[in-house]
Amino acid sequence: MYIIVIGGGQLGYHLTRALLAESHEVLLIENDAKTSQKLIDELGSVAVRGDGCEASVLAKAGTSRADMLVAVTGDDADNLVACQVAKHKFAVPRTIARVRNPRNEALFRKLGVDVTVSSTNLILEHIEHEMPSHPLMHLMVMHDRGLEIVEVTIPAGSASIGRKIKDLALPAETMLSLIVHLGQKPVIPGPDTIISADDQVIAIAPANAEESLRSVLTGS
Amino acid sequence: MKIIIMGCGRVGAQLANSLDAEGHDVTILDTDAYSFDRFLSTEFRGTALLGSGMDEEMLRKAEIEKADAFIAVAHGDNRNVMACQMAKHIFRVPKVICRIYDPQRRDTYILLGIDAVSPTTLVAQMLREKLGA
Repeated sequence: MYIIVIGGGQLGYHLTRALLAESHEVLLIENDAKTSQKLIDELGSVAVRGDGCEASVLAKAGTSRADMLVAVTGDDADNLVACQVAKHKFAVPRTIARVRNPRNEALFRKLGVDVTVSSTNLILEHIEHEMPSHPLMHLMVMHDRGLEIVEVTIPAGSASIGRKIKDLALPAETMLSLIVHLGQKPVIPGPDTIISADDQVIAIAPANAEESLRSVLTGS
Repeated sequence: MKIIIMGCGRVGAQLANSLDAEGHDVTILDTDAYSFDRFLSTEFRGTALLGSGMDEEMLRKAEIEKADAFIAVAHGDNRNVMACQMAKHIFRVPKVICRIYDPQRRDTYILLGIDAVSPTTLVAQMLREKLGA
């Protein structure tokens, strides 16, 4: 695959190296003079200097034959425009934008960016997971299906403890797919599986059912 | 008309001052409070809001739902482009105008339905005409 990466910060640099290691053809475009020179010194012709939102730069990069463009600069507006120019002027089939302000995710998808990755949300999730008061964590969001895979830890005192899964009023189209009882092997739960305190439950749920799933499993 | 202007530089402020003097309801946004003191006329009676035009909350504070027009003349083509697309696609502002210095980028966004002006092309043309060559 030919993949163009816009933005040669930490993220762009490590992404480029990972993609090269997977034998993809990669071009890394960085606008800053100093940063791009460092990248060129290390990566050779894989890195070039230029504004990845400029049509002439993208034309020179052979963007019309690119399979994918990934914009990972630290500026949301720059990432949006790089993806839109790639998509609409060069018909790149798949564009991925890093989003710093999580509120921009929905906007970017509405404006035609195929995939958005919110670096802020990812870090927040990981930190929140370490907070004892936070029982629900997103493991994965499947935007195109409208589904989320979440992990719920059952706090002591939850009304669901001691009850069978079939007796819980789970939201529609929600599936509990894996339960890890404290200190035991993971089990695929059935309708008669009983919820215990400190269970870790992996569930697949529609994005809008998150709050009701949380209250059914962890409400007191 | 209720008009929101993003960017209180020379262009944004001059536009705000003249529209305000003609009796329009003008709100101007900038991320640097100094630019209001520097460029807005002392007679300006509109609203100056400190904040980014790419922020939905800030746009709501500017009452964008009631706006007849949104004009983006902030520093940076991409910020203008992003804010204009928010105004057009989220808030459905009837008239959205975007300044884009890069003429090629301007052409792309015109194809995407954004009414865009490139000062680069305009100024180059004017200079040519003055030169008379």
